Amino acid sequence: MARSVTTRHKVIATVAAWAVALLIFFPILYTVVTSLKTEPEAIAGFNLIPSFTLDNYVTVQTQRDYIKPFTNSVILSVGSTILALIIGIPSAWAMAFSPTKRTKDVLMWMLSTKMMPAVAVLVPIYLMFRDFGLLDTRIGLTIMLTLINLPIVIWMLYTYFREIPGEILEAARMDGAGLWQEIVYVLTPMAVPGIASTLLLNIILAWNESFWTIRLTTATAAPLTAFIASFSSPQGLFWAKLSAASTMAIAPILIMGWFSQKQLVRGLTFGAVK
Amino acid sequence: MTFKTILLGACSALAFSGVASAETLTIATVNNGDMIRMQGLTEDFTSKNPDIQLEWVTLEENVLRERVTTDIATSGGQYDIMTIGNYEVPIWAKQGWLTELADLGEDYNVDDLLPSIRGGLTVDGKLYAAPFYGESAMIMYRKDLFEKAGLEMPENPTWEFIGEAARKITDRSQDINGICLRGKAGWGENMAFITALTNSFGGRWFDENWQPQFDQPEWKEALQFYVDLMKDAGPAGASSNGFNENLTLFQQGKCGMWIDATVAASFVSNPEDSTVADKVGYAIFPSKEGVDNHGNWLWSWNLAIPASSQKVDAAKKFIAWATSEDYAELVASKEGWANVPPGTRTSLYENEQYKEAAPFAEQTLAAMQAADITKPTVEPVPYTGGQFVAIPEFQAIGTNVGQLFSAVVAGQSSVDDALSQAQSATVREMTRAGYIK
Repeated sequence: MARSVTTRHKVIATVAAWAVALLIFFPILYTVVTSLKTEPEAIAGFNLIPSFTLDNYVTVQTQRDYIKPFTNSVILSVGSTILALIIGIPSAWAMAFSPTKRTKDVLMWMLSTKMMPAVAVLVPIYLMFRDFGLLDTRIGLTIMLTLINLPIVIWMLYTYFREIPGEILEAARMDGAGLWQEIVYVLTPMAVPGIASTLLLNIILAWNESFWTIRLTTATAAPLTAFIASFSSPQGLFWAKLSAASTMAIAPILIMGWFSQKQLVRGLTFGAVK
Repeated sequence: MTFKTILLGACSALAFSGVASAETLTIATVNNGDMIRMQGLTEDFTSKNPDIQLEWVTLEENVLRERVTTDIATSGGQYDIMTIGNYEVPIWAKQGWLTELADLGEDYNVDDLLPSIRGGLTVDGKLYAAPFYGESAMIMYRKDLFEKAGLEMPENPTWEFIGEAARKITDRSQDINGICLRGKAGWGENMAFITALTNSFGGRWFDENWQPQFDQPEWKEALQFYVDLMKDAGPAGASSNGFNENLTLFQQGKCGMWIDATVAASFVSNPEDSTVADKVGYAIFPSKEGVDNHGNWLWSWNLAIPASSQKVDAAKKFIAWATSEDYAELVASKEGWANVPPGTRTSLYENEQYKEAAPFAEQTLAAMQAADITKPTVEPVPYTGGQFVAIPEFQAIGTNVGQLFSAVVAGQSSVDDALSQAQSATVREMTRAGYIK
């Protein structure tokens, strides 16, 4: 018997949802508020009403070039996402539709690489990058970000592909579709919501990645994470300027997330209701 | 196609080939006021050296330290010039990671460098880094609050006097704390102050055989004094306060005294940021009654060339420019004498215009001259360094001990427990590192 949803329940659920959303969004909101304060105001204590100064944005623009790290962020996040999908879609297809008895182990092994602290492999990776001439290059960092996010991409796609009935693929094969046609014309269109959410999530993860993007770059390939890091100061006040730099760095991805939220939610809940 | 067009094309091609053949120096640096100012003035350098271009990599201090350490230890060759402290210079020079700065040009006046600073950058008689700015530590105090309390700062203040004065000035109802000191955990944060404090109490980190000395009475006396003082006269949440937090408190008029890096003097006396700019007095770092030691705090940010750089000649040209007397003149002409990087050259402290613009100049010089990093403690020690111990292991050990001491200030542990844990942890680390046989 279906559970009746009263108006009271709806109100409670809505208020709870807004409270959780505000709690999650609050750090971003406070970063933006802090960026509109003067330095003494920023460090003085909790205060949600700034003096609405734009001086910090002017200082940030004057001191550092924003366009170059922004361009690098776009190239790295989009490039690594495309590369990860090119590798991830066939891999997930193979595991979802032609599983072997070792498939689960392979999936777990891939995921286990995410459990290791990144700093543990810093020196070997740094030496490999040095020897291959990849330090401070966009291509090197694109490969690195692809490798970091590939386990998540494959896991997400594998989950979506598993929801697609195998009979549809069998019918395509009986109609004479080859492997490539099966993936491109049958599987991919059916999994578009899942692929789109994987793509968006991967772009966000790559955009925000800071450990490797700061440590494997210097001047040429440094993205916005390095741009933010440059505003932290050992001596002197910097919270407001740092907040302005952070706001400028997260704004593009925030806007992208805002406009694509419908697609993201649709993809992330894909297959949740049968 | 006319002759004029061909000529223009040829000129453009030449111009492009000129840019293409220019050497680019990659400089790693921290984000502090003096470094940002230098980045804004580099046109002076590039106009004199059109064949050299500059790329700046600015990072947070700890990230910078980790980045340049990884690069230099693996010969990554990512940087041509690194901004490093006088803690790293002797350690890295002994590892062969730095290029000797023997010939910075005929005009470079190396003898003008302050002897204490130059000594910290010299290994086996060879200079491995050039100082960009230097600092010691001193007392900054509110003259108006001292006068109101009927106090007068002695020429050589003792810790006993500082303790009494801080408690007398404290007025919780007016949100005035007698003294603000570092409490935030870290080898370069609270341990910089506590190490200098312990030096001035006659204590030391290690004896001649590298045995940690936290079980000795000097450490107990110094730490107990510090913890009691913070409890009686320090600000709320002192265990989270570092340089920047105390700077803000002092600028807002909430500290009667602040003992910290001499570079802070230019911030607290700047009327644009400080509400107490015209009320600040300066005095030498205190010592315990009967102990002839003023902490020996000495720090400098320096420019050095990693051995892996392929552009040594160009890098030397830049370092000579950035650390020269001419650069001081350049800053003075553009932004005033008060903004000249302090603490590196004797000539700056002989300059009347600088002394007039910086009322703290004399006290800064006195503090820097009093510091001796080759003999930082009363008792003999096997190490150099003032507010740090110049061994590679100190970063990890110092931060670990700093966390234990910060917990005492936060009221989560006792002085005896913290010292006992510091002793056992340091013995373990020093044994593992091979210092204790």
